[in-house]
Amino acid sequence: MKKFEVQNVKDTRSGFGAGLSELGKTNPNVVALCADLTGSLKMDAFQKEHPERFFQVGIAEANMIGLAAGLAIGDKIPFTGTFANFSTGRVYDQIRQSVAYSNKNVKICASHAGVTLGEDGATHQILEDIGLMKMLPNMTVINPCDYNQTKAATIAIADHEGPVYLRFGRPAVPNFTSATDKFEIGKALMLNEGSDVTIFATGHLVWQAIEAGHILAEKGINVELINIHTIKPLDAQAILNSVRKTRAVVTAEEHQMNGGLGDSICQLLARELPTPVEMVAVNDSFGQSGTPDELMKEYGLDATNIVAAVERVMKRK
Amino acid sequence: MTDIRTLEQTATQVRRDILRMVHGAKSGHPGGSLGCADFLTALYFKVLNHNPKFNMNGKNEDVFFLSNGHISPLFYSVLARSGYFPVEELKTFRKLHSRLQGHPATAEHLPGVRIASGSLGQGVSVAAGAALSKKLNDDKNLVYVLMGDGELQEGQNWEAFMFAAHHKVDNLIVTVDYNGQQIDGSTMEVLGLGADIEAKLKAFGWEILHMDGHNMQNIIDTMAKAKTMTGNGKPIFIIMKTEMGQPIDFMVGSHKWHGIAPSDSDLEKALAQLPSTLADY
Ligand SMILES: Cc1ncc(C[n+]2csc(CCOP(=O)(O)OP(=O)(O)O)c2C)c(N)n1
Ligand SMILES: [Mg+2]
Repeated sequence: MKKFEVQNVKDTRSGFGAGLSELGKTNPNVVALCADLTGSLKMDAFQKEHPERFFQVGIAEANMIGLAAGLAIGDKIPFTGTFANFSTGRVYDQIRQSVAYSNKNVKICASHAGVTLGEDGATHQILEDIGLMKMLPNMTVINPCDYNQTKAATIAIADHEGPVYLRFGRPAVPNFTSATDKFEIGKALMLNEGSDVTIFATGHLVWQAIEAGHILAEKGINVELINIHTIKPLDAQAILNSVRKTRAVVTAEEHQMNGGLGDSICQLLARELPTPVEMVAVNDSFGQSGTPDELMKEYGLDATNIVAAVERVMKRK
Repeated sequence: MTDIRTLEQTATQVRRDILRMVHGAKSGHPGGSLGCADFLTALYFKVLNHNPKFNMNGKNEDVFFLSNGHISPLFYSVLARSGYFPVEELKTFRKLHSRLQGHPATAEHLPGVRIASGSLGQGVSVAAGAALSKKLNDDKNLVYVLMGDGELQEGQNWEAFMFAAHHKVDNLIVTVDYNGQQIDGSTMEVLGLGADIEAKLKAFGWEILHMDGHNMQNIIDTMAKAKTMTGNGKPIFIIMKTEMGQPIDFMVGSHKWHGIAPSDSDLEKALAQLPSTLADY
């Protein structure tokens, strides 16, 4: 298992903030909207640098999505920012009709996704957002794994014409991807080549999967690890190529099992290449208050659970 | 009869609870909690006809909903101090497996909570529904709501305001915590509600009252007045002037204390300004 150098420990939302600030300098069409969470979303830099292109909408997320759709009509590239729960469930029909169906170039940027937002509890911990967003035709769904990748993804989606859901989080996590990597939407990233099993991970679970890979290597299990930062469109070719080799799959994500990355991969494999799959995800439950680490453990989302899932799936080969 | 002095002392203890809970959890929302402490203490210790042997359906008692769910430490302290659950349990606030979730929730069956809140802008709708159910049940008790002023920016509130007036939901008393602050700054900077919130609500068909949220006598009198105005075909809206973080000198009036925990030394300084009256949990 390859070693990944941790450059620092940073929150992915700061990667978004840095990417947005850079876009502000390079792309005059980029505009930003925020619903009373400028600091939490790290949009303050953009706000300060481009006050004329930043719109504080107040605590009014439905209005924000409509405004963004309208701005897109005039060739602006709006980035909306609020927590993932209020970016999706709160405004689903506004997104469905005014953004996805109308195919507007709106970038829905969502922080504090999943249980790792911690102590605020289940009211804020959305675990259904990937599912909600991937079901919408025209929508691209991206869940980067660390600071550098979130920054790169933020910059990349400005050049992609069409609605995008960009999901990131609150806690500081290991930043290990290269700052110079270009982000290619829809391209699965091979992190480690292996032969016994493929782990497909997204978001915060990518680092957990790396840790699991090291533990498994010591047990003599040779893991192929692929970072699926883009859940839709799914890189079917890369997934099938890997599974043809390993014939056993574990998926890992900070999301409900229903409707997440694992669900997309299972659909693909059921159609193209039936294979044993174990899913590391939240099993039909809401979250609760606690520290991010406690909650990752409580809901079976940490490296230990990935190791156990690999061991289970190997027996089913 | 609970006298004003006793209510004030209870509110002081509630404020100590709030600060100690948020400090203990290293997260939470002290600003709005402290600012609404006088009001919610008055409500539970004086105004409401309520039963701490909690019944979810709230039949034959007044029912309260906290729409601005982030001020949960206040809600929990008042519920505990009025007998809904052991005061000791306050120390579990925001901890794993606690019934005292970061925002009020029903999943853990904490007595006193009838609906989850935290995602803003939903409480008035729920309360209007509960008020309708009281009418259908021929239950003469009232439904109360507390909400934030920033929260008023959510459009759903205005749908609920329109509904409640149109359907003459006149057993409903909504109080807004008019502290002029929210997360990103003052409400005027973020998204001005307009100078004249009274005129807006009046135009929506509501009765309006003003209240000083830091004057216990005025709270009691205003709530009594509100009660006499129910049953006359209109819902009632109370504009309650408060200060975020009241009365801690380094917190008062600043949006910075909306949602951060006090450090050890902050806590010490703050508690020194609030003499313990009912004993800490
Ligand atoms: C729908 C929704 N959007 C955003 C948030 C994040 N949020 C929590 S509290 C808050 C500010 C609320 O302001 P106000 O109602 O004035 O409460 P105060 O800060 O005075 O306590 C925001 C934006 C939320 N909880 N729910
Ligand atoms: Mg306020």
